[in-house]
Amino acid sequence: MVTRRLSSDAAPEVEAGKPGLFRRLHLDAPLLVALLGLCGFGLMVLYSAADQDMQAIERQLLRLGLAFGLMLAVAQIPPARLRSWSMLLYLTGVAMLIAVLLIGEVGKGAQRWLDLGVVRFQPSELLKLAVPMAVAMVLSSRALPPSLARVVLALVMTAMPVVLIAKQPDLGTALLVASAGILVLFLAGLGWRLIAAFALFAAAAAPLLWFNMRDYQRQRVLTFLNPESDPLGSGYHIIQSEIAIGSGGISGKGWLNGTQSHLEFLPERHTDFIFAVIGEEFGFAGILALLALYIFIILRGLVIATRAADNYGRLLAGGLTLVFFVYVFVNTGMVTGLLPVVGVPLPLISYGGTSMVTLMLGFGLIMSVETHRKKLRI
Amino acid sequence: MLEPSFQERKREQRLIRSRASIAAALVILALGLLIWRLLHLQLDQHEHFSVLSKDNRVKVQPIAPTRGLIYDARGVLLAENHPSFALDITLEKVEDLEHTIEALGHLVPIDEKDRARFERLKRQRMRFQGVPIRLNLTPEEVARIAVNGHRFPGVDVRAELVRAYPLGIATAHVLGYVGRINERELKSIDSRNYAGTHFIGKGGVEKAHEDLLHGQVGHQQVEVNARGRVLRTLSSTPPRPGRDLLLYLDIGLQQAAMAALGDRRGSVVAIDPRTGGVLALVSTPSFDPNLFVEGISQRDYQALLHSADKPLFNRAVRGQYPPGSTVKPFIGLGGLRYGLISEQSTTYCPGYFTLPGNTHRYRCWRRGGHGSLNLKGAIEQSCDVYFYDLANKLGIDRLHASLADFGFGAPTGIDLSGELGGLLPSREWKERVRNQPWFPGETLIVGIGQGTFLATPLQLAVATATLANRGLFIEPRVARASLLPGEAQAQAFPLLSRRIELDDPRYWDHAIDGMLAAVETKRGTARRIVSPDYRIAGKTGTSQVFSIGQSETYDAESVPEHLKDHALFVGFAPAEDPRIAVAVLVENGGGGGATAAPVARQVIDAYLGGTPLVMESEVNGGH
Repeated sequence: MVTRRLSSDAAPEVEAGKPGLFRRLHLDAPLLVALLGLCGFGLMVLYSAADQDMQAIERQLLRLGLAFGLMLAVAQIPPARLRSWSMLLYLTGVAMLIAVLLIGEVGKGAQRWLDLGVVRFQPSELLKLAVPMAVAMVLSSRALPPSLARVVLALVMTAMPVVLIAKQPDLGTALLVASAGILVLFLAGLGWRLIAAFALFAAAAAPLLWFNMRDYQRQRVLTFLNPESDPLGSGYHIIQSEIAIGSGGISGKGWLNGTQSHLEFLPERHTDFIFAVIGEEFGFAGILALLALYIFIILRGLVIATRAADNYGRLLAGGLTLVFFVYVFVNTGMVTGLLPVVGVPLPLISYGGTSMVTLMLGFGLIMSVETHRKKLRI
Repeated sequence: MLEPSFQERKREQRLIRSRASIAAALVILALGLLIWRLLHLQLDQHEHFSVLSKDNRVKVQPIAPTRGLIYDARGVLLAENHPSFALDITLEKVEDLEHTIEALGHLVPIDEKDRARFERLKRQRMRFQGVPIRLNLTPEEVARIAVNGHRFPGVDVRAELVRAYPLGIATAHVLGYVGRINERELKSIDSRNYAGTHFIGKGGVEKAHEDLLHGQVGHQQVEVNARGRVLRTLSSTPPRPGRDLLLYLDIGLQQAAMAALGDRRGSVVAIDPRTGGVLALVSTPSFDPNLFVEGISQRDYQALLHSADKPLFNRAVRGQYPPGSTVKPFIGLGGLRYGLISEQSTTYCPGYFTLPGNTHRYRCWRRGGHGSLNLKGAIEQSCDVYFYDLANKLGIDRLHASLADFGFGAPTGIDLSGELGGLLPSREWKERVRNQPWFPGETLIVGIGQGTFLATPLQLAVATATLANRGLFIEPRVARASLLPGEAQAQAFPLLSRRIELDDPRYWDHAIDGMLAAVETKRGTARRIVSPDYRIAGKTGTSQVFSIGQSETYDAESVPEHLKDHALFVGFAPAEDPRIAVAVLVENGGGGGATAAPVARQVIDAYLGGTPLVMESEVNGGH
């Protein structure tokens, strides 16, 4: 027998005293403070990495303002309404991905942009949010852990946009979208046997993936395995970034004093490789501080997830938080030479608007989950 | 639809909570992995990466030393470093390149060749490096650019030092020249010391004294960015400039010697017997060494290389000629030394000489013969028979020893590159090279400075200076001293000398008396150059370019120019206190007395300030 669940829990609820200012704005104070701290630190690093270009800082500030505004706006929407929009958002996103492949604009050798007349838009960014929302909706509409049929449905829903994005080709975003769907599944209680089977399948599929990769993607993997093999070509990024981080030592060379970055040895230093600038200028100590901020945000997100009012909120908040972690780990792993070079920015630090807006929208969703919760009195 | 039970909801919440806890644990684990990696990079390998980072940004650049200058004996500048101005365009600073070049074209002429070179260099250099659009700007052009400079951002006048020889043609064979370092030279030089240097001495003094002239390279540590652009200088060690050279060479005398030779092919070497210093060293025709400094054009080079007059050939140190009768005084000294002749002893000249048991007649240049002659008369009239007889008495071994003492047969050791040693035949030489025994007849030919006997004009001048010095052989030198700007005292090069000891010092006078007679008596072969101002001791010579048969006569008229005899003269003055010893060679000049001796007189006059020689009507030259 299939049980169908109401969209919101109808538990008795009681206001715990007068709501504070943050609560009335639907903001989670600890999360907000950590995010602001992270962005402030990011601006400081960016000022150095962009060679003290105030214009770049102003542009980044503008984006931050926009992103925080959107976060605030999304936080006002109750999770129940978000849940009801999930499928529509997802389908729209997939449709746009198909449109991109058909009529999209080519930039840097990959088709990612959709020109909507007024703005150029990257539909793959939308899917970073739409996939966890839709998968969370599908899984939370039945009892957890999900049945095999639900798991398959969730996997197909995840795989469709991932394949479309990988075709653009944008390996980084595909990876993030895929991890979003899978992490929501994991939180929903995906059986360990299925996880093991999944891992086996992935291992078996690896060669298949290899043969379907573009040359530059293969090159990245090869370079990752042995950066010295091509010190002036693909390996250059990793070698120079390891030199930057390693030469930073414990306390770093000091703000604005990174030679690797300022003398342009470090490529992509204000975008994907900004973590190396932090390592060079602020040293191990600075990186620990940054990682502490990230861990705080991630743990806070997981706390919000566990105490959410319903399964949708739990899965969505938890899934988005873990995707945020995937961002952090893939970027830092790449810059430190732990992982192959994949185009994933360091969240909320790297220069650039697209990922920033998506990330902050995600935090808007998490805050909505947190702040629309009615406290249970047990 | 059923409400899920409270228990069911609790179970689901616990499930998600446990999954979230596992996720948190995985997050911590992953970050732990990251931190382990960072510890490896930033702690374990910090030193290693610090060095790499420093290597990345700090480059050591060489600073080329300034090449030493070269002055003549009176302080006239012979080789200088001339600032040459080039007009550079830095591509990254120029917005509209075509427009800029066109506008520059209105200020200074820019032709097709300039454009082609610019396009070629542009592709080789980085965008922040200057690319020359014009070379060798005139001062006026530099001024015009300077006035209009503000209109042309990214356009700069760049000064560099280029070697220049203000008296080029007169000094080419003495100084040599500098040119771009070539592949072969690259292997033999200290590449560290030449790291910033583009030019190297290619001949003459420039090559022989390369070490002194070049100096010691300096270094600067600069910070560069990933594209190699220099951002700032961190530290620098200035280069030690090359030492200036002060020569014995007197450029006035050098030019007078050139003028005396005129358009004839030949050589003059003048030496101060007191020091061994080379006062003049001329080889004509000459060439303009300035052509070679920045790289000579293929057409100019082919023209010089294939000219029949061989202007690139340094006759003074590389031209090897039979010295002819100029060696007779030296052979006479050999005879005195070995006691075979005396001042008074005479030899009868019937016009020919025969070896005992042989009918071959070795002829004197005067067919009728000189009659009875002593050493003085034999030198005065350059009697061949006297010296056939003396050479025969000496034998090749003692003859060889006598001449070798004066430096024949070996390089003199002068401080010029490429010197050749001539050839002083000997028994040993003939067996080694020709694998034949020595024949007595050959001794006679050596006795009159012909046959296989070869000497350079420099060797003749050195031998003459040794004679003038009465046996003091001083190794010839072009450079007297070296001086570093700011040094109070120039450092003189040491004199290397040895002495030829004779039993009786009057032997020297006997030989010199013959040479004085050659100039001062009516029968002397060099009689036309007698000077009212000082006494010249001299000896003419004629060196055969091809041999004439037993019964033929040499007829200057019927012989083609390039087979005519070479004219030679050696001499020194003033005889009592010699200050200049000269050797003159005029290729295919005919008689030594008629052609070579007047050249020597003009050179000596120029040096000692004598009354200029008035040329007499053409008289047949003596030997």
